Amino acid sequence: MTNPIEIKKLTVAYDKTAVLKDIQFSVPKGSLTAIIGPNGAGKSTLIKAILGLIPKVSGDIKIYGKPYRAKDRLVGYVPQRGSVDWDFPTSALDVVLMGRYGHIGWFKRPGKEDMALAKESLKKVGMDAYANRQISQLSGGQQQRVFLARALVQDAQVYFMDEPFVGVDAATEKAIIQLLTDLKDQGKTVIVVHHDLQTVEEYFDHCILLNKEVIASGVTEEVFTLEQLHQTYGGKLAFLDKGKVMVEQTR
Amino acid sequence: MSYEIWIMIVASLVGITCGVIGCFLILRKLAMLADAISHTVLLGIVLAFLISQSMNGLYMLIGAAVVGLFTAMLIQFLNHKGIQEDASIGVVFTFFFAIGVILITVFADSVHLDVDHALMGEIAFVPFDMVEIAFLPPLPKAFIMLMSILILNIILMMLFYKELKITSFDPALAAAIGMPVMFIHYLLMGMVSVSTVASFDSVGAILVVAMLIAPGASAYLLTNKLSHMLCLSAFFGVLAAISGYYVATWIDSSISGSMAMMSGVLFALVFIFSPTKGLLGKKINQKRFRTRTNAT
Repeated sequence: MTNPIEIKKLTVAYDKTAVLKDIQFSVPKGSLTAIIGPNGAGKSTLIKAILGLIPKVSGDIKIYGKPYRAKDRLVGYVPQRGSVDWDFPTSALDVVLMGRYGHIGWFKRPGKEDMALAKESLKKVGMDAYANRQISQLSGGQQQRVFLARALVQDAQVYFMDEPFVGVDAATEKAIIQLLTDLKDQGKTVIVVHHDLQTVEEYFDHCILLNKEVIASGVTEEVFTLEQLHQTYGGKLAFLDKGKVMVEQTR
Repeated sequence: MSYEIWIMIVASLVGITCGVIGCFLILRKLAMLADAISHTVLLGIVLAFLISQSMNGLYMLIGAAVVGLFTAMLIQFLNHKGIQEDASIGVVFTFFFAIGVILITVFADSVHLDVDHALMGEIAFVPFDMVEIAFLPPLPKAFIMLMSILILNIILMMLFYKELKITSFDPALAAAIGMPVMFIHYLLMGMVSVSTVASFDSVGAILVVAMLIAPGASAYLLTNKLSHMLCLSAFFGVLAAISGYYVATWIDSSISGSMAMMSGVLFALVFIFSPTKGLLGKKINQKRFRTRTNAT
C-alpha cells in the first residue's frame, strides 16, 4: 500500500542558501508524527513546501502516491496561529466555514450542510458556545481550537499542523491531543510541528528530527534518542533530572 | 435635475465605490498600495489619451487598469526580490507618476488635462459634462462612469466574496486549499485602479486615497462582521460626500477637499466615540470592569 506521504530528495532554497537539503522520509497511514528541530531548522518550511506554498528546487513529493493537488482535497492545513490577523471582522463560526471553501466551488456560498458541519466541528473542540464570538475576543487557546475545527471541516486524509501547542492553556492542549487521537483512530495521518520535547514520547508515535536535513525519522522509540537529539540540536540541549531533556528556548 | 443634486449624487457614488473597495485594502494592510495606484493611474490616463487621441472614458479605464495592475506587479516583484515593501511602493509610484506629469507637460497643447486637475479633481464641473445614451435623459459623464464601475465592482465582489474573504484573512490556507490567491490579489488591484479612474475626474488622484481608506477605517472600528463593514463603509463614504459638499458651499471652498476633510473628521469621531474600539469606549469599559471587580 502506498504511504500517505512520501518525500524524496526534497531541496528548498531561499535565494542561494538551502533551507532544506535532500529531505527524504515517509509517513505511514494512521500515524501521529512530530517534526522536531531547533528554531530555523526549516520545520514550517517543510510543511509549506509539501503544500506547494513555497517553490522547491528539486525533489519529489507524493501524497497518496500522487503530487499534491489542492483539488484532491486530501490535505488539511493548520497554519501557525500568529500567521493571521485576529482582529479581522469575522466570527469563530465564519473562520471554521472557511475550511469548507475548497469544497464549495466557484461563485457559490456555503450552504446549510457546510454550516451544520462547521457547527458540529466547533462542538468537537468544545467551542460551540463561542460560535458567534468575534475572533479577537477569544483567548489564544480558543483561537487555536477554532483553527483545528476549521481543519476538521476540510475532511481531509492527511493533516499538517504548524505548532498547534504554542501558547495554549492546559485544557486546550488536552483537547488537541484528544482530537489528534480521534483522527488517528479514523485512519487519518497527522503531522505536527512540535516544540516541547518533554511531550513527544507521550503524544506521538512517529518522529522526524530535522535540522535543514533529516537527522532521523521513524518510530518514536527508535528515533527519539539522546544521541540523535544532540545531533539535531547541536549544543543547544540542556538536561533535566531523570534523564529528561529540554531545549534552551531561544524565543 | 439641478446642478447641486448632481454634484451630491456623483460625490456619493465616489464615496460608495471607493469606500467598499477600500475595506479590502485595509484588511489586507494594503492602504499604501492604494496611494501608489491612485497616483500611477495618471500615467495610464495620459497614455490612453496619447494612444487613442480621445478623452473617451473607456480607454481611460483600460489604460488605468493596465498601469494600475503593472504597478501592483512591479511592487510585488521588487518586494519578492528583497526590497522592503514600503521602499518598493515609494520608488515605483513616484517614478510612474513623474512620467505621467512629464508627458502631460510635454504634450500640454494637445492634452485636455492639467496636473492640478489630475491631483485635485473638480467635481463642480461634473454637471456641465453631460452625455446622452440611447433613450436615457442627458446624464453627467462622471455619473455614468461611476455607476458602471460601482455595478461592476459589486458584481465581482458578490461572485468572489468568499475568495476575497479567505485570501484577506488567511492567504496560506487559501493557497493550500487551491484558492487562486494571486488572481484575487490582481483582481482587487484592477478594481482599485478602475475605481480610482472613475473617481479621479471628480476628486483627483490625491484625495481619492482619503475616500478609499478613511470610510473603511471608520467602519472597521464599529463592526465585527465583514459584510457590515462593507455597508458601513459605503455609508461613511456617502456621509463624507454630502457633508463635504455642504461644508464647501458654506465656507466657499473646494468640494473635493472638503469631502476628504470630512472623511477625516468622521474617522476622528468614530475613533473617539466607537462603543467598543473607540478611545472613550475603551476607557468606559475599563472603568466598568474596575468597578465590577472592586465590587466583588
